[in-house]
Amino acid sequence: MTRRGRIVLKLVAWAACLAPLAWLVWRAATDDLGANPISFVTNTLGDWTLRILLASLAMTPLGVVLGAAWPITLRRLLGLFAFAYACLHFAVWIALDFFFDWARMGEDIVKRPYITLGMAALLTLVPLAVTSTSGMVRRLGGRAWRRLHRLAYAAGVLAALHFIWLAKVGRTDQYWHAAVLALLLGVRLVHRARRASRRRAETRPAEKSPAGPLRGTVVSGDR
Amino acid sequence: MLIKRAGRFTWSDVTDPRCLLSRRALLAGAAAVALAPGQGRAATPRGAPLGAARNAALSLAEPPTKLEHATTYNNFYEFGVDKDDPARLAGSLRTRPWSVRVEGLVRTPRTFDIEEVLRLFPLEERVYALRCVEAWSMVIPWIGFPLASLLKRVEPTGSARFVEFTTLLDPKQFPGQRPGFFGSSLDWPYVEGLRLDEALHPLTLVTVGMYGQVLPNQNGAPIRVVVPWKYGFKSAKSIVRIRLVREQPATSWAKANPREYGFYSNVNPAVSHPRWSQATERRIGEFRRRPTLPFNGYGDQVASLYAGMDLRRHY
Repeated sequence: MTRRGRIVLKLVAWAACLAPLAWLVWRAATDDLGANPISFVTNTLGDWTLRILLASLAMTPLGVVLGAAWPITLRRLLGLFAFAYACLHFAVWIALDFFFDWARMGEDIVKRPYITLGMAALLTLVPLAVTSTSGMVRRLGGRAWRRLHRLAYAAGVLAALHFIWLAKVGRTDQYWHAAVLALLLGVRLVHRARRASRRRAETRPAEKSPAGPLRGTVVSGDR
Repeated sequence: MLIKRAGRFTWSDVTDPRCLLSRRALLAGAAAVALAPGQGRAATPRGAPLGAARNAALSLAEPPTKLEHATTYNNFYEFGVDKDDPARLAGSLRTRPWSVRVEGLVRTPRTFDIEEVLRLFPLEERVYALRCVEAWSMVIPWIGFPLASLLKRVEPTGSARFVEFTTLLDPKQFPGQRPGFFGSSLDWPYVEGLRLDEALHPLTLVTVGMYGQVLPNQNGAPIRVVVPWKYGFKSAKSIVRIRLVREQPATSWAKANPREYGFYSNVNPAVSHPRWSQATERRIGEFRRRPTLPFNGYGDQVASLYAGMDLRRHY
């Protein structure tokens, strides 16, 4: 992809990620947040945290499916935006919903499983955000960095469970989000299983795969 | 010191909320027409005025929630699970003709036409606190009459112990009753219930109006009950049948999730919903949470109904 193409792609991603926030700010400015604005803002920020997190998790499978490299270049940007929305979601909960009532918030984190899960999802994203710079990738080494960043899936699962747990009877959004997450995990698992079987086939060409030696040029690396 | 009662103003002195809301309604209407032709309907109720003197003794001294909020932020699953679904979709409900069958363990079962109800029972206005199980609350000036007056007319027999309320079942008028991709949100029709002594309590109000108007569709038109010391879902809306029974009725939310929603569902800050605390609530229109009061502040009048009962077990 050309330099110009990359810039356009990033700009589009920035705009898309900022749009929900801009929409919220617009509605706040025009006094259009409804009867329960705090709940509305909290829920909207939570929804978009999960959606952007899912988008970031979709980039690797998308690259595999499309056979293209450009999705990977958006992964970090989307991941950091998901983290930013998670922080805003959390900040609204602290400052607007509970108005710094630390005792009650502490009690809720411990006693309410959906809040415990949300808190865990947020904490899981912290090390990923901290190690998101190119410098940190170098310092940790590619393999360790990749292993650490698989936590993004754990954060996704925690966030999806947080959503399912808090949703009331009759709501369905939470299941659609969880279904997307399951699909993304599924694509990865299938891809991984395929790669593993290919590798097995290469190491035991005589037993299993007569075609094995012909495929010996495939690099048996991690990716 | 003399404290002046707010008797000098009646609801008819207040600027007609429809006038206040007209700009917003116009914008909302325009947007709805532009975005969703055929389904657009302004959220502002078109209620006809309904006069009733305020029962000051049974009214809260707090200012009512904005009518706009009370009519756009509703839980009425018959229209949909989102808070704005009722206001958006309530146009499909036809509230005339309407009748309520009162039957079961009574000496004189009878069907009341809604117009007959309005003629038979003198209406009064009562400003009640409404506490939703979801930890938000409103203050609403309801118009109605005690359920006890209605029940006396049908003469409950000695074996009647509970009162069961059934909401209209009609997926044509209630889009939320049509099953979705993941099935139905609740088992329709909506059924709620009270113990007979709760139903006969003077605070329990049959309600046909609010804010000086005929009850808007999204608030349970044309006839509902309001039981102010219980979580909002106990107050059945758009009622077509009231039945006096011997056994505790199987109520909709208790059936959907018995661990989370009990039959009694009295407002109780000491008993958490399994997923969240009930200790505080957000009064719609206020910024800070406020502490939730036992029996929603009506403890003096109703606590005796539950003397000797373990309210942690009978939540």
